[in-house]
Amino acid sequence: MDGAAHSDSAQMPTAHFTAKLAIWWLIGSEIMIFGGLIGSFILFRLARPQWAEMAHHLSVPIGSFNTLILLTSSYTMVRAFVSSGRRDRTATCWNLLVTALLGLTFLCVKGYEYAGKFSHGYYPNAGLFWAFYFTMTGLHALHVLIGIIAILILFVFGLRDRLWPIASRVEFTGLYWHFVDVVWIFLFPLLYLTS
Amino acid sequence: MTNDPHGPQKFIWKYILSTDHKMIAKQYLLTGLVMALVGAFTAYLMRWQLGYPNTNAPGWGLVTPDKFNMLVTMHGTIMVFFVGMPLLVAALSNFVIPLQIGARDMAFPRLNMLSYWIFVLSCVALLASFFVPGGAPAGGWTGYPPLSASEQYTGVHWGMVLWITALALEFASFTMGGINYLATFMCLRVPGMTYFRVPMATWFLIGASLAFFFSVGPLIAGAVMLLLDNVAGTGFYIPAQGGEPLLWQHLFWFFGHPEVYVIFLPAVGCVLEILPVFSRKPIFGYRAIVWSMGAALALSYIVWAHHMFISGMNPRLATPFSITTILISVPFAVIIFCMLASLRQGSIRLDTPMLWGLGFLATFLIGGLTGIFLGSASADIYLHDTYFVVAHFHYTFFPSVFFGGFAGIYFWYPKLFGRRYNETLGKIHFWMTFIFFNATFWPIFRVGAGGMLRRIADPTQYRILDQFKEMNSMISVAAFILILGQVPFVWNFFWSMFRGPAADANPWRAGTLEWLAPSPPPHGNWGPGLPTVYVGPYEYSRPDMADDFVPQYRPVGVLGGPAGQA
Ligand code: HEM
Ligand SMILES: [Cu+2]
Repeated sequence: MDGAAHSDSAQMPTAHFTAKLAIWWLIGSEIMIFGGLIGSFILFRLARPQWAEMAHHLSVPIGSFNTLILLTSSYTMVRAFVSSGRRDRTATCWNLLVTALLGLTFLCVKGYEYAGKFSHGYYPNAGLFWAFYFTMTGLHALHVLIGIIAILILFVFGLRDRLWPIASRVEFTGLYWHFVDVVWIFLFPLLYLTS
Repeated sequence: MTNDPHGPQKFIWKYILSTDHKMIAKQYLLTGLVMALVGAFTAYLMRWQLGYPNTNAPGWGLVTPDKFNMLVTMHGTIMVFFVGMPLLVAALSNFVIPLQIGARDMAFPRLNMLSYWIFVLSCVALLASFFVPGGAPAGGWTGYPPLSASEQYTGVHWGMVLWITALALEFASFTMGGINYLATFMCLRVPGMTYFRVPMATWFLIGASLAFFFSVGPLIAGAVMLLLDNVAGTGFYIPAQGGEPLLWQHLFWFFGHPEVYVIFLPAVGCVLEILPVFSRKPIFGYRAIVWSMGAALALSYIVWAHHMFISGMNPRLATPFSITTILISVPFAVIIFCMLASLRQGSIRLDTPMLWGLGFLATFLIGGLTGIFLGSASADIYLHDTYFVVAHFHYTFFPSVFFGGFAGIYFWYPKLFGRRYNETLGKIHFWMTFIFFNATFWPIFRVGAGGMLRRIADPTQYRILDQFKEMNSMISVAAFILILGQVPFVWNFFWSMFRGPAADANPWRAGTLEWLAPSPPPHGNWGPGLPTVYVGPYEYSRPDMADDFVPQYRPVGVLGGPAGQA
C-alpha cells in the first residue's frame, strides 16, 4: 500500500494487530504439526509397553537441565519484550543476547546427548522408539535454531539502534519462542519420564 | 517499494516479482492451467492403455505397467495439488478476496509473492521426478506405504523423495497463503463490510483456507516420517521394522477429507456468486448457507476413516465414521437446496458463467449422492478400490475444479483482463465439456460396480472384465474428446485477452464490490478513497427500487427508497 492508503484505513485494525494475528495463525499450524507427531507417538507408545526399557537410556538429569535452560530463556525473552516496551535499548539487547545464548546451550546439550546415543549404536534406524526420539527432538531443535536466528537478527538491529521501528517484532519473536518452549514441555515427559 | 504505481514498470517487477494480488492471481491461474495440460496428458495415456490395452499410444509409445503406476500417481497428484489448489484456492483467493472486501491488496503482499514462487519451485520438483533415475513416484496419489516407504517395492527412490519434497513445498506455500487470506479477510474489510455482508465467494474461499490450515499439520508430520523412512532407514511405516502402514493412512486422510473440501468449497462459492447475478434474485438463505459451511467444516475433521473401512483398522470404528459421513451430507444438502431455491422464479439468463454454474450443480449432485453409498461401510466393502470410487471422486472433483473453476474464470474474466471473452466459444466449450464429461464418467460407475479394480494397468488380464472391453474403449474415446473440448477455451482465453472487446466496470450488473473497480483494476484497486459498504451483497429485484439491483457501495436512502436492512 502506498501513502494515500493510510488515511482511509483509519477505522480498520492496525498493522501491528494484523501481524500478530498472522503469528497466531502460524502457531496454530505448528500446533497441528507437532500435534500430529506427538499424537502418533502416544498411540504407538501406549501399544508398546516394552519401550519403557529404551526410554531408560535417556538421561533424566540432562533432560531436566535442558528444560531449565529453555524455561530460563523464556523468562529472558519476556524481559526483552518488557524492555523493548520501555524503549530501553541496552536491556533489550542484553536480554535478547542471553536468550539466544541459552538457546544455543540447549542445542549443544542436545548435540551432546545425540553423540552419546550414536556412540551406543542408537541411530534413527535402530528401532521405532529411536526413530520417534530423533524425529521429535530433531524437529524441535530445528525450531529452536530458527528462533535463535530470528533473535540474533533482532539483536543486531538493536545494536545498530534500528530496533524501534520494528519493536513489535520482539513481541512476535517472543510468542514464537514461547511456543517452541511449550513443545519441549510436552516432549520431555513423553520421551524421558515414561521409563 | 519497487512497485511504483505511477511510473512505467520494468517487466520483471510487473510480471515476475509482482506483489500485486491481481498479478499473483494471474500467475497462479496460468501455472495451474499449464499443470492441467500435463495432467490431461497423463490421463490420455492411461485411458489409451485401458481402452486399447498394450498398443502404442500415439505420441508416446507403449504404456508398460510400471509406467502406468507412475502415470496414475502423477495424474492424481497433479490434478489435486497442482491444478485444483492453485486454480481454486490460490488464484481465486488472491483475486477475489481483496476485491470483494474492499482491500487494496493482501495484508502481506511480499509474503504473497514468496508463496507463489515456492509453489513454482514445488511444481518444478514434481515435474523433475519424470526425469530422475528410477522415474516418477509410483505409490499412488495417496502415497500409501509400504509402497511409498521403500524403494524395494516400486523401484522408485528419487521420484519418491521429490514427491515428498514437492508436497512439502506446496504445503509451505499454501500455509503462507492461508495466513495471508485469513489475515486479509479479518483485518482489511472496508467500513460497513460486516461478516454477514461478505459475499459468498469470499466466505467459501476462507472456509477452504480454514479446512486446509487445520488439517495439513499432521500430514506434514507424517511426510517428515515418510521422508525419513526413504532416506534415513527409519521404519515408521514398514511392518518389517515394527512400523505401521495404517499410521500414514490416518494422517493422510485426516488431511485428505478436509482437502477435498479445500477444492470443493471455492467452487461452491463461485457458483453461489453467479446464481443471484444471472437469475436477478437474492441468494436464498444466506445465513443458513454460511452456518452450513461452518458445520460441514467442523464435521470434515471427523470423517476421515471412511476411506479406510477395509484397511484393517479396528472394525468397531466403521460405524461411528459411517454416521459422521452421512451426517456431513446434511449441511451440503442445505446448501444445494438453497442454491436451487435461489433459482426459483428468477429471470434466468444462460450466459456462459451461468451454464457452468448449473453444470456444476447437475454433475456434483451425482458425485455427492454416490458418496453416500460409499459412506455406508457395508456397501463400501464391495465398492472400495473399484472404478465406482474413481467415478465418485471424478463426479466431485471434476465439477469442482473445472465446472466451478470455469464458472469463476468466465465470470471474472472481464475483471481479470479488462476484455470480454467470446460467448459462442464459451458455450461450445461448456457443452463439449458437459456432454463428454458425463459420457466418460457415467459408464465408469458401471464398470466399477461390475468389479473393475482401480489402478490396474491391463484389464485384459481379468476374465470378468472381458464384458467391459467395448465400454472401456468407448470411455476412452469420450475422454479424448473431453480433452479436445478444452481447445476452444485455450483459444478463447488467450485470443480475448488481447483482441476481445473492452469490458466496462460492471458487465454483469452485479452488486459486489469488485464490480466497482475499473476493469482491470489498477494497482491499489480503488483510486484515492476506499469504498464504503451499505447493504448486503445480493440486493436484486427489490420491490421498493426502480433499478433491478442495489450495489453494496450505494447508500440505499439516497435512491429514495427506505434504507434497507443489511
Ligand atoms: C456427501 C458428500 C460425500 C461423501 C458422503 C463422500 C464419501 C466418500 C467415501 C466413503 C469415499 C471412500 C470410498 C472408498 O475408497 O472406498 C470417498 C472417496 C473419495 N471422495 Fe468422497 N464423499 C463426498 C464428497 C466428496 C467431495 C465433495 C469430494 C471432492 C471434491 C470427494 C472426493 C473424494 C475422493 C478424491 C475420493 C477418493 C480418494 C482415493 O481413494 O483416491 N468426495 N468419498
Ligand atoms: Cu472423504
